[in-house]
Amino acid sequence: MIMHPAVIANIIAALTVSLMVVYSAYYGLQIYRHWNIESGSELQLTLERRTYLVSTLLSYTFGLQLISLFLYVFTADTLYPLFVGAMCAAGALSVNAFGYPTLILKVGNFLLAGLWLVLNHADNQAYDYPLIRKKYLLLAVIAPFIVAETIVELAYFLKLDANVITSCCGALFSSERVEGLGSEIAALPALPTLWAFYISIAAALLSGIYFYLRGKGGYVYSALAVVAFFVSIVAIISCISLYIYELPTHHCPFCIIMEEYNYIGYLLYILLFSAVVAGAGIAVLIPFRGIASLSSAIPSLLRRLALTSIVSYTAFASVVTYRIAISNLVM
Amino acid sequence: MKSWIEKQKYIIDFTLSSLLRRKVKNIGLLILYALIVFILASVMFFTHAIKKEASLVLRESPEMIVQKVVAGRHDLMPLRYRDEILKIRGVQAVEGRLWGYYFDPVFGANYTLLVPPATTATEQAETEPMRTVVTENEHRHGPEEQAMPLVGAETIGAGNIVIGNGIARVRNAGKGEFILFRTHAGEGMPLRIKDTLSSASELVSSDLILMTEPDFRRFFGIPENYVTDLAVSVRNPEELSTIAAKITRLFPDSRPIIRDEILRTYDSIFNWRGGMMIVILSAAVLAFVIFAWDKASGLSAGERREIGILKAIGWETSDIIRMKFWEGAVISLTAFLAGVILAYIHVFFTHSLVFEPALKGWSTLYPQFKLMPFVSAEQLTTLFFLTVVPYTVSTIVPAWRAATIDPDAAMRHTGE
Repeated sequence: MIMHPAVIANIIAALTVSLMVVYSAYYGLQIYRHWNIESGSELQLTLERRTYLVSTLLSYTFGLQLISLFLYVFTADTLYPLFVGAMCAAGALSVNAFGYPTLILKVGNFLLAGLWLVLNHADNQAYDYPLIRKKYLLLAVIAPFIVAETIVELAYFLKLDANVITSCCGALFSSERVEGLGSEIAALPALPTLWAFYISIAAALLSGIYFYLRGKGGYVYSALAVVAFFVSIVAIISCISLYIYELPTHHCPFCIIMEEYNYIGYLLYILLFSAVVAGAGIAVLIPFRGIASLSSAIPSLLRRLALTSIVSYTAFASVVTYRIAISNLVM
Repeated sequence: MKSWIEKQKYIIDFTLSSLLRRKVKNIGLLILYALIVFILASVMFFTHAIKKEASLVLRESPEMIVQKVVAGRHDLMPLRYRDEILKIRGVQAVEGRLWGYYFDPVFGANYTLLVPPATTATEQAETEPMRTVVTENEHRHGPEEQAMPLVGAETIGAGNIVIGNGIARVRNAGKGEFILFRTHAGEGMPLRIKDTLSSASELVSSDLILMTEPDFRRFFGIPENYVTDLAVSVRNPEELSTIAAKITRLFPDSRPIIRDEILRTYDSIFNWRGGMMIVILSAAVLAFVIFAWDKASGLSAGERREIGILKAIGWETSDIIRMKFWEGAVISLTAFLAGVILAYIHVFFTHSLVFEPALKGWSTLYPQFKLMPFVSAEQLTTLFFLTVVPYTVSTIVPAWRAATIDPDAAMRHTGE
């Protein structure tokens, strides 16, 4: 274990998030089992009060989850000089087997948490809590993942010993040595990937605009938004990063959040994450359109989500295009 | 959207006036909170700045040092090793270095004695562009700064020395005076102070004495064909580890030390010191969290009545929670900013009065130096997680409890 203030901060964040989610999930399960809106019993009243606590706790938690995702990458970037061969966060994360699983869990949990908040928001629009059971069932599904993330993250930091030889980002994401998922993504030909990126974004935007105007084809948009998210991540690794670094061999998805590149990574990732959460949220809400108490709230909520997602994807694509246009790298 | 912002504005307005109504309680909390942020921020700023300083200094040290090891101890290096190492492909230059320590019993201080290299640092810089640098992250470092003093061996002259500021201070000696040393054989050896080193380089040169090679050899009795260790420069930094491996194969009794390893070690030491301080201080953070929890849950009669009335006139539970959120945000932001600014002043303007002895280490000839102010987003995020997050978490449940009071109960209990 490395006694670095940032490592301690990460561990505190992970433990806090886990604690709050487990606490909420415990009450969530109680609500799931005993909820009865018709009843005026004391238990029901207590549960109704608890819902406020749980949703407040979870809003904080999920905010923390987002900041801790960036803190995690930042910490890895701070620690890289301690490891032989590591040249940035990518190398520091591959020091032991738990680095990348933590990152993947963090991203996954953030997306799940975002969907939960969408559901929670929709539920709060109605007077009779129509989605409350589904909401807390989803929470019970998320909780184990959050706990798993904490355990894996603790394992990563506790097993971190300085001086272990690791592959640096030049080796891990470089197209010369095809091995592991990172290198396979990097080995994808840059220009076709760029085309795939633009086509997927364009398809998502077209169906999104159609859904926004006509109110039809919501599932299609959700699916396309999720596809565009994954294609964008692949494109960042295989070609967008090349234009940002202006180096044809540097494929690292982490260095773009560093100061040297004007923190452009934050902008890109935040736009991308909000686009996919809003887009996927549409598919989560569509089944509940028929519920009487939500029938007026959901359509406008869906339109707002669609607008958020479309604007985020447009902004993301514009920033990427601008960055490619002003880049000195020509391929 | 606009109405939402308006609503938040009104709630913040109300929160601020309600905070100001209970000045004593809130100012007490604020001072304690700011103090916690201040202490943690000072530790982090200080360790970070000193790490940066160390890396700036080490940037100009040789890429690789080769020592001879006898029975696990550092020993004098025969010069024939130099010629062999020079034959390894990729090695650009090998230079024998002469340096050592001298204990001055009068002042109880240790001096570092060094023979400056024949070529001065400026000349070395001129040869720099000839080297192929493949993947060094030059952009990560700050502006170029000269850490090592620029004194060539030829400018000193036999019988003269150039001393660092720390020695000049401790001995109260100036230019032209003589210092009497005792050589390895016990004879007296007076040396004239030709100059003192610039104070800009004090972090590395405080206890330094520069002298010529013949003087040095006479002083310590080191034979002509031996040096203290070898400084190896390599054409391509990527090949450093390969060359180090070749040297150990060629001379099993030698120990190559790569500059990055030294940097890594310094980093680990300062990380450890900073981390240790934070672990110790975490007890204070915990005490503060308990204090905050207690403050937040112990609502006064007035506060209970206030919430009761607010709910009775139509505020919803979620509005009260929002008000409590803004209350926490106002207090946290004020305390965080105040703590960070105070810590900045403390570390970079007052030389970290409070923690200096614990974090810096101690020595008779301790250099006086100014740390370069440096604060990064990453440090602030870390600090946020160490202070604001525990505070916020500890106040959520009390805030919820306060928000779910029944209006009639709140007013009945306190109304009489």
